[in-house]
Amino acid sequence: MNSLIPLLIAAPLAGAALLLLGGRALDRFGHWIATALAALSCAFGLVLFFDMLGRDTEHRAVTTRLFSWIPVNGFQADVSFQLDQLSIVFVLLITGVGTLIHLYSVGYMAHDERRRRFFAYLNLFLAAMLILVLADNYLLLYVGWEGVGLASYLLIGFWQHKPSAATAAKKAFIVNRVGDLGLSIAIMLMFAEFGSFAFHPVFSAAGDATEGKLTAIGLMLLLAACGKSAQVPLQSWLGDAMEGPTPVSALIHAATMVTAGVYLITRSSAIFDLAPDAQTAVVVVGAVTLLFGAIVGCAKDDIKKALAGSTMSQIGYMIMAAGLGPVGYAFAIMHLVTHGFFKAGLFLGAGSVMHGMNDEVNMRHYGGLRKYMPWTFWTFMAGYAAIIGFPFLSGFFSKDKIIEAALAKGGTEGWILGGCALLGAAVTAFYMTRVVLLTFFGEKRWQPDAEGNEPHPHESPKTMVIPMVVLTFGSLFAGGLFSLGDSFLNFLEPVTGFEEGHSPLNALTVSAIATVCMAAGVGLAWLMYGRSPVPVKPPVGSLLTRAARRDLLQDDFNHAVLVRPGSALAATLVWFDSKGLDGFVNGLAAAIGGLSGRLRRIQTGYVRTYALSMFGGTLVLVASTLLMRSV
Amino acid sequence: MNPVNYLYLAALLFTIGASGVVIRRNAIVLFMCVELMLNASNLALVTFSRLHGNLDGQILAFFTMVVAAAEVVVGLAIIVSIFRTRHSASVDDSNLMKL
Repeated sequence: MNSLIPLLIAAPLAGAALLLLGGRALDRFGHWIATALAALSCAFGLVLFFDMLGRDTEHRAVTTRLFSWIPVNGFQADVSFQLDQLSIVFVLLITGVGTLIHLYSVGYMAHDERRRRFFAYLNLFLAAMLILVLADNYLLLYVGWEGVGLASYLLIGFWQHKPSAATAAKKAFIVNRVGDLGLSIAIMLMFAEFGSFAFHPVFSAAGDATEGKLTAIGLMLLLAACGKSAQVPLQSWLGDAMEGPTPVSALIHAATMVTAGVYLITRSSAIFDLAPDAQTAVVVVGAVTLLFGAIVGCAKDDIKKALAGSTMSQIGYMIMAAGLGPVGYAFAIMHLVTHGFFKAGLFLGAGSVMHGMNDEVNMRHYGGLRKYMPWTFWTFMAGYAAIIGFPFLSGFFSKDKIIEAALAKGGTEGWILGGCALLGAAVTAFYMTRVVLLTFFGEKRWQPDAEGNEPHPHESPKTMVIPMVVLTFGSLFAGGLFSLGDSFLNFLEPVTGFEEGHSPLNALTVSAIATVCMAAGVGLAWLMYGRSPVPVKPPVGSLLTRAARRDLLQDDFNHAVLVRPGSALAATLVWFDSKGLDGFVNGLAAAIGGLSGRLRRIQTGYVRTYALSMFGGTLVLVASTLLMRSV
Repeated sequence: MNPVNYLYLAALLFTIGASGVVIRRNAIVLFMCVELMLNASNLALVTFSRLHGNLDGQILAFFTMVVAAAEVVVGLAIIVSIFRTRHSASVDDSNLMKL
C-alpha cells in the first residue's frame, strides 16, 4: 500500500511532463488528461486515507523510502515520504479541491490558446505541493517549497503579454525568495545543531538543544511561512497575484501555496513548543495579518482583490492558532480545510461572475446579478455564509475554536488576541457582505467594456458550475462533520498534540459573542451598501479607506524602506566599482602600456645592434668578474 | 716560442671578427666574421690546452669545429634562399617581422 505514496505524486508530475513535452498534438484533449490525473491522484489519496483509518492509532504514520538522494559521509539526504494524519489531510485537500479546480478550468480556459500549458502548470503545482506535504525531511520539503514557488510564478504570470501580470509574477517570486532564504537558513541551523534535517531525528533531539538555537530556527521557519502564506511583512505579493487566471487564484488561496506556511509551522510543532519567544512572534504575525488583510479587504473594489485580502486575514487566523501551541494546532488545520472549501468556492464564483461580465473585476460595475446567475449566486452565498461564520456552517465551527483557543492563552494577552480575532470576525462579515451586496444585489451598474460591448451576464457552463456545487457541500457541512464528536481533533491529535484550553468564557458564550460580532458586521455593511444605491465612481473616502485601497501603503513602505535604500546602495557600489576599482586597474594598465610603448623602441630589428649589446654585456660581465677577483 | 703569443693572436682575430659582425651589413661577410670569431676561440682553446698540459681544450675545440660545420651548412642555405627571394644579401633588408 505504501507504494501508492510515490504514485500519488507521480500522477500529476507525469501529467505536467506529458503536457509540456507532448506538443500541439495534445491541444485538443490535454486538459482532460490533466484533470484525469489529478482525479487519479485524489483517488490514491482516498485509498490511502481509508487504509490509514483501518489501522489503529499507533500504526497510522508510515514512511516509505524511494531512493537515496545525496549519500555522503555524515550527510544523508533521502527522497522518502512520510504519510501521517497531518499529511493525509493536506493530500485530500490538495488533490480534492485541486481536481475540482482542474474541472472548472476546463470551462474557464476553454477559449485560451495556451490551455494545454495552463493545465501542465496546474499539474506541476499539485505535484510540488504534494512533495511539500509528504516529505519526511526538510530538504525534500524545500524541493516542494521551491516547486510551488516556480508553479505560482508560471501561473500568476500566465497572461505574460500583460505587463501587469508579468510584474506580479516577478513580485510574487521575489517576495517568496525572501521567505525561502528563511527556510534554507533554518535547515542549515538544524543540520549544524542536530546533524540531520529529517523530521524524526530533529524532533526527538529538539529537547537537548538550547532555547536560543530553537528560537533562531523557529524565527527562520516563521520567515519562510510569512513568505509563502503572505503574512505581514511579506504579504505584498498576494494582492498582485490576482493578475493570474481566476482558477489559479482559487488554487493558490484554497488548496496550495498559502497553506504551506501553516503546514510548516504545524509540522515543526516540536521546535515551536520549546521556543516560546518564536511562538509569540508567530502569534503576533498572525494577529496583525488577520486585521491587516481584513481592513484591505474592506476597501478594494476589485472582487478578486477583496477576496485576496480575505485570504490573508483567514490565513492570519490559522497562523495565530498555530502559534498558540498544542491548544491551537488542530484548529488551525481544521480552519485551513474548511477555508479551503469556502474560499475555493468563492473564488470560483468570482471567476464565474467575471466570465459572464466580459472579465470585468470592478464590483461597482456589477449589481443585480442574482437573477442572471442563479447557480453562481447560491453557491457563492453558501461560501459567504460559511466564511462569515453563520451559525452551524463550516466557518462557524473552525473560527470559534480559534477564538476560544486565543482567549485561553490567558491574562491580558488572551484578551488582546481574542479581541483581535472577534474584531476580525466582525470585519470579515462586513467586507464579505459588501462583496455580496455589490455583486448580486442592488440595481444594475453594468458598464460596456473597452471595445464598447455591453455585458450580457449568463450562467457559466456545466464544467464550471459542478465544482462550485461540490464545494458548496464542503462549505456547508465540513465544519459540522469535523466537530461531530471532535472527530477531526481526535484524528490529528497523535501528530499535533492537543491540550484543552482554559478559556475565561465558555464555548457557548464565545459562539454567542462571535455571532453578535458577525451580525454587527453584516448590519453595518447593509447600512452602507444595501440600503441606498451604490455610486459607480468610488467616493473619496476617509484616510483609512484611501490607505486600504493602496493595500495599507505596503508597497510604498517596501519602496521607501527597501527599494530606495537598496538602489542607493547599489548606485554607490557601482560608482565605487567603476571609478575606484576600475580606475585603479585601468590606470595600471595604461601606465604599463605607455612604458612598454617606449621600451619597444630599444628593439631596432638590426642584428648588429643585438650583437653589440651582447658584446657589451659580455664585456661588463668579464670586467666585473675580474674586478671582483682582484679585490 | 712563448705560447702566450698565440693568445694575443686569438684575441686579435676575435676582435676583428666581432667588429666585422657589428659593422658590416652583407650577410656573407657577417658569416665569415662569425667563423673568424669561432676559429679565434678554437686557437685560444688549443693554446690553453698546451699551457695546462691536458687535452680538455683540444676536445672542446673539436666540439666547436663540429658545431661550426653544422652552422655553416644551415646558415649558408638560409642566406642563399633569402638572396634568391629578396635579391639582396643585406641583413638590414630582412625586416619583414619588424613592427
